[in-house]
Amino acid sequence: MSLIEITEVKKRFGDNEVLKGINIDVEPGEVIAIIGKSGSGKSTLLRCINGLETIDDGSISVAGAQLLPDEIHLKALRLKVGMIFQQFNLFPHLTAGRNVMLSQMVVKKTPRGEAEAMAKKMLERVGLGHKFDAYPDELSGGQQQRVAIARALAMQPIALLCDEITSALDPELVNEVLAVVKELASEGMTLLMVTHEMRFARDVCSRVVFMHQGRVHEIGPPGEVFAEPRTPELKQFLGML
Amino acid sequence: MHYTFDFGWLLEYWPVLLKGIGITVELTLVGGVLGVSLGVACAWARALGPGWLRPIVTAYVEMIRNTPFLIQLFFIFFGLPALGIRMNELEAANLAMVINLGAYGCEIIRAGIQATPKGQFEAGASLGMSRIQTFWHVILIPALQRIWPALSSQIVIVMLGSAAVSQIAAEDLTFAANFIQSRTFRAFEAYFVTTLIYLALAVLLRQLLRGVGWTIFPRRGAASRAR
Ligand SMILES: Nc1ncnc2c1ncn2[C@@H]1O[C@H](COP(=O)(O)OP(=O)(O)OP(=O)(O)O)[C@@H](O)[C@H]1O
Ligand SMILES: [Mg+2]
Repeated sequence: MSLIEITEVKKRFGDNEVLKGINIDVEPGEVIAIIGKSGSGKSTLLRCINGLETIDDGSISVAGAQLLPDEIHLKALRLKVGMIFQQFNLFPHLTAGRNVMLSQMVVKKTPRGEAEAMAKKMLERVGLGHKFDAYPDELSGGQQQRVAIARALAMQPIALLCDEITSALDPELVNEVLAVVKELASEGMTLLMVTHEMRFARDVCSRVVFMHQGRVHEIGPPGEVFAEPRTPELKQFLGML
Repeated sequence: MHYTFDFGWLLEYWPVLLKGIGITVELTLVGGVLGVSLGVACAWARALGPGWLRPIVTAYVEMIRNTPFLIQLFFIFFGLPALGIRMNELEAANLAMVINLGAYGCEIIRAGIQATPKGQFEAGASLGMSRIQTFWHVILIPALQRIWPALSSQIVIVMLGSAAVSQIAAEDLTFAANFIQSRTFRAFEAYFVTTLIYLALAVLLRQLLRGVGWTIFPRRGAASRAR
């Protein structure tokens, strides 16, 4: 059994069918890059896996548990799967440390001392141990995104979903975030990431998913997908046509 | 014009004024704290609450915002006893102020909530927080920060509007002024002094609210800058 099983998932916004039957199985420790044109449904797919969108058809299960749209099942799912957003979405009124502590205390009812210790550990893991007391607006974009990663990690998820997590960053800040992701990958974290960083996808990912018009158009190891694209759409996307 | 100003009565009547000030301050503090709390609850209900609750809260808010405060006060004090709900002047005055500020506060706070970037709700949800937990721990403080100046002004307006409670013989500052005036026939002086006191109270209240803002919003401007 795979860690994440996405089976025949369909999603419509009104008349617009955005996901037209997606099938992907993710094994533990896999790092999957999702690529594709704007509007192909990449974000929508990640949002469905995290329950931020409800699916119209098909099924998603994580570590054997079905995704169902009620609060109890959603909470259980979200404890297993963390999500990192393009816009960081840190809580502006809390310090970096408190950002990482909050959900531990509120959701897991972790005692304050433990939550604080965990926050310190996770901030150190992303290289920001010294920024525990800094507010988000005192941090660079790259630092904010690393705090967001620490915040997700503190919930001890078994997989992380990353939606274009470097797209809002100045070019010189991209690498510090990718380095953290690479580190996580090497430690065996399961990752699903929508990305435009093709080099990163080639170097770090175990498989690449090319989405086109709401379907998985091609899927395979980066060597195959990048070197020998089979469809004209992927060739065009990669700039080979 | 042969009016000679005489403030001599102040010596005799300052305890009356002091008591009036005390009651106005009490009404303002209780009305402010409970009114803002009611406003937060109603703003949550209107912006994020369950569908069945929204029309009820909307009806309350529109009812209060489109009728005079004095009539609301009279209704509570003179009208409700017909239903067996009796309270003394101070209780009625307190209740009227809470209900009034609750309705105006609701609309102001709701605007703050609705200006919240969608990503804040999604970040809360993706960390496993329930909608209520996200509202309470994530959304509320930055939302209040956004509208704090408007809310502060509304609280000052409610404090000044509390002068109306003298009409049901709640012994606030205005009641004291009327009382002194009727005893001394020194209308100009009595209302002049009262005006100055209200002015001072309003300035102090604004300072107090600014101080509260400084303590509950550690990052000034952060809420507006964060996307
Ligand atoms: N909440 C929504 N309501 C209506 N339509 C939506 C909504 N979210 C996404 N869509 C539509 O779904 C389609 C896919 O959007 P999605 O954001 O998943 O694309 P994407 O592949 O992530 O694109 P990008 O690379 O630009 O981020 C688009 O046509 C978009 O307009
Ligand atoms: Mg997207």
